[in-house]
Amino acid sequence: MKFGVVLFPGSNCDQDAYYAISKNLGCETTMLWHKDTSIPSDIEAIILPGGFSYGDYLRCGAIARFSPIMQEVAAFAKKGKYVMGICNGFQILTDSGMLPGALLPNMSMKFVCKDVYLKVENNSTRFTSQFAQNDIIRVPIAHGEGNYFVDTDTLHSLEDSNQIVFRYCDMFGEITSDANPNGSINNIAGIINKERNILGMMPHPERCCDSVLGNDDGLAVFESLANVFHQL
Amino acid sequence: MEQYTAIVDVMLRKSILDVQGKTVEHALHSTGFKAIEQLHIGKHFKMTVTAASKDEAFSIVESATKQLLCNQIMEDYSIQILSGNA
Repeated sequence: MKFGVVLFPGSNCDQDAYYAISKNLGCETTMLWHKDTSIPSDIEAIILPGGFSYGDYLRCGAIARFSPIMQEVAAFAKKGKYVMGICNGFQILTDSGMLPGALLPNMSMKFVCKDVYLKVENNSTRFTSQFAQNDIIRVPIAHGEGNYFVDTDTLHSLEDSNQIVFRYCDMFGEITSDANPNGSINNIAGIINKERNILGMMPHPERCCDSVLGNDDGLAVFESLANVFHQL
Repeated sequence: MEQYTAIVDVMLRKSILDVQGKTVEHALHSTGFKAIEQLHIGKHFKMTVTAASKDEAFSIVESATKQLLCNQIMEDYSIQILSGNA
């Protein structure tokens, strides 16, 4: 019943994730170093945090996948254990092929740092079970390359198999182009793999888990995962 | 074994809007370069490769390109192999 948070050179949301899970959620959490060649056997879920791993050199997330820990994370996920990539973590998951698609530069060509509204499109995942279906939550984003792109066939397959977990919306839950902060196809903010154990999302739930920050909408993501463990 | 120079160009796929290229194109237009159009920005890699033949050099570089230099979901690549250390 333990979480692991991977620290790459250039990660900058690792402590936010560590704090949200260990303090706000109250689950045991271990930091994992990018050069680690094994994952402690009691870890059940791994967070790939936000940041600029390896300076975003070449492409966001491109170099991180060759770090020793990512071979272990891929094997960990193959066993059906839970992996969640937030922001740069999502970019690492797509670039390594663990999730479909790619994250392009924002359509505005600007780094966008603000709160956005998300619609929970699928609450039957292990990452979202503590939300109600179609819940509207407010979560911060902070990225320059979060414009989710995927080819048409894969997009249809994602939609058909209910793999879109979060979509950008306005405060009333309407999925509009004005509410889309980066040009993501079909307002996609977060997706899950077919096997339902790998989630990637550009918004930062770990940054809104503490009521002292004025918003704890993100905590339910981690509560959902913790709830899985309680059921085991 | 011979040394070859390899040039790899990686560009966004044509079906994907190159917002960076568009922005630079607009900047050029507003500077008066009206004759310039269809500007695209990509990545240019230059490296030396030691291989037994030009074909082998190509296959090494192509494999490296597919594995790391190019994300084929969003990018296309072209490879040129030149004789010698250019």
